[in-house]
Amino acid sequence: MGMTMTQKIIAEHAGLDSVRAGQLVEADLDIVMGNDITTAVALKEFKKTGAKGVFDKEKVVIVLDHFTPNKDIKAAEQCKACRGFAMDMDVKHFYDVGEVGIEHALLPEKGIVSAGQIIIGADSHTCTYGALGAFSTGVGSTDMAIGMATGKAWFKVPSAIKFILTGKPAKWVSGKDVILHIIGLIGVDGALYKSMEFVGNGIQYLSMDDRFSMANMAIEAGAKNGIFPADDKAVEYCREHGAKEPVIYEADEDAVYDEVITIDLSELKPTVAFPHLPENTKPIDEAEKEAVAIDQVVIGSCTNGRISDMEVAAGILRGRHVHKNVRTIIIPATQEIYLECVKRGYVEDFIKAGAVFSVPTCGPCLGGYMGILASGERCVSTTNRNFVGRMGAKDSEVYLASPAVAAASAIAGRIAGPESI
Amino acid sequence: MTTEGRVFKYGDNVDTDVIIPARYLNVSSGEELAKYCMIDIDEDFAKEVQPGDIIVAGKNFGCGSSREHAPLAIKCAGVGCVIAPSFARIFYRNSINIGMPIMECPEAAEDIKAGDRVSVDFSTGVITNITTGKTYQAEPFPEFMQKIIDKGGLVKYVSSQFED
Repeated sequence: MGMTMTQKIIAEHAGLDSVRAGQLVEADLDIVMGNDITTAVALKEFKKTGAKGVFDKEKVVIVLDHFTPNKDIKAAEQCKACRGFAMDMDVKHFYDVGEVGIEHALLPEKGIVSAGQIIIGADSHTCTYGALGAFSTGVGSTDMAIGMATGKAWFKVPSAIKFILTGKPAKWVSGKDVILHIIGLIGVDGALYKSMEFVGNGIQYLSMDDRFSMANMAIEAGAKNGIFPADDKAVEYCREHGAKEPVIYEADEDAVYDEVITIDLSELKPTVAFPHLPENTKPIDEAEKEAVAIDQVVIGSCTNGRISDMEVAAGILRGRHVHKNVRTIIIPATQEIYLECVKRGYVEDFIKAGAVFSVPTCGPCLGGYMGILASGERCVSTTNRNFVGRMGAKDSEVYLASPAVAAASAIAGRIAGPESI
Repeated sequence: MTTEGRVFKYGDNVDTDVIIPARYLNVSSGEELAKYCMIDIDEDFAKEVQPGDIIVAGKNFGCGSSREHAPLAIKCAGVGCVIAPSFARIFYRNSINIGMPIMECPEAAEDIKAGDRVSVDFSTGVITNITTGKTYQAEPFPEFMQKIIDKGGLVKYVSSQFED
C-alpha cells in the first residue's frame, strides 16, 4: 500500500520500510523547539528525567518570543529560567531579545529547518515548516522535554486529506485567504489527527510566504501537520537560507487518502473569519456587507509577519492614513524582516499612515501584551485564532484576515477589502 | 482505578484559550493555573469544582494552542476525568503525557447532563451515570498509551525505561 508524504518521512525516521495510518511508532527527531512559555514547563520535566544534557546541542532550539521583551515580572522570571537552562545545556540555537524573532518565521529564515526533516515544537504552530516539505508538528512541554533528552518522540501515524490546488489566485488572494477558505470548508476539526497534504498545479503560484501561512494554520483545522511537496521554490529557499540539504519525499501514486478535495484558487476571494472560530469564514464581499466597525488592526504574527506581508501592508498604507478610530499595530516577525522594512522605507510609510511599528513579538496574538482588547472592542488581525478572549476581554472580537484586508480595514475603519478603499 | 464526581458540562470546540487564558501563562505552577481554569466560559468553575469532579464536553475538546498548562490546570483543579466525543490532538497527547485522564465516548458526552453524578472506571473504560443509572463504554486506549497512563505519565514511563 502506498504512503503519503508524511508517512514516508515518518517511516524513514522510524527506521521502517513502511508505515500505515494508525500505527504507533517512535521516530528520530531532527529539531526540538520551544518558546518562553512552553520551555518554562519543559525544563522542569526535563530535570525529572534525570538526563544530564540534551541529546544534541545543535538540534535543540529555544526562542524567547511570546512575552518578550519581558512583559511583566513573572514573564521575566520565566525567561530567566529558560535562559539559564539554554546556557547550562549549551544550546546552540538560543534566541533572546536582540536576535529573537517569532519562532515560525525565525527557524526557516535561519536555515534551522529543511525539507524531509521531522521537527517537533512545543508550540501548536510548529506545523508551519510543512511549507518546506518537512513533517513538523506541535506538541506539549513534556514531549519537548523527552525530545530534548532522547532525540525521539512517539507518533500515531496520521492518515491524510489531499488538497489538489488548481488555478491561479487573483491579485488580492494570498495563502492566508486560501487556508481560511479551506478551514471554512472542512471546519476546525475537519482534519483532526490527520495530515493536510497540499498538491496540484496551483501551488506554483504560491510564494514560500503564502505556503508558510497555509501550513501554519493547518492546526486550526485540527490537523497534525500541513505539508507541501518540496518543489524547486522550496529547495531554493532551503539552500538560500543555508539549511541542511533538502531531502525530497513525494507521495506514492497509490497512497491512500481519507478524502481528496479540489480547490480552484482562481475562484477564491479574500476571506475573513468571524468570531469566535476560524471556521466562521465569509468572502470579503459578504464580510463588507456586515459593516463591522473596528477599533484595532494587528498585522504580524507567525502567520503573517513576513516580508511579503509587510510589503502588501506598506503598499496599501503608503500615502494614506488609518481611520481615526483604529489603533493599527504592525509587527515584523523577525529582526531581519524589521531591518528590511527599514531599508525599503516601509517603516516611514507605516508611521506616516498613523500606525505603530513594533519589535518582533507574539504579544497581542495570544492576548499577551502590545495590543490587548477592552470589552466590546473589535480587531481585524492577521493572526491565527479568534477564540473567545483570545486577544483580551472575553467579549472582545477578533476577525482573522490577510494583511491586505487588515490594512484596507485600518483605513476604512470597518472590515473592507483592498478594492473598496 | 476510578473517579466519581459531579459533572460540569460544556459545548463543542472548548479551546485552550478558555481553559487557561494566555494572560495567566506567565506562571507554570499547576496550582496557580487551576485558580483561573475555564474562567472565560465559566467564572464559577474554579470555585465550585471538587476533587473527582468530571468535565463532559462536545467534540474537539482542547483545540488551539499546545499549552500543557491547559490539561495541567484541569488536573490541578481536581478534575478526575474529561469525557468528550473527540479531543484536539495536542491536548490528547498532553493529557496522556501528564497523566490527566480523558475518555472518548460520544454517547456519554451527549447524554450526560450538567450536575449529574458520574463514575469512571479507568481499567474497563466503563462510565456510569449514577444519577440516571445508565452506563457507557469508552474507547480503549492503544496498549502503548495505556502503559504511559499506568506509569503516571511520559516522564515516568521514559525514566523507567532508562532504569531498565
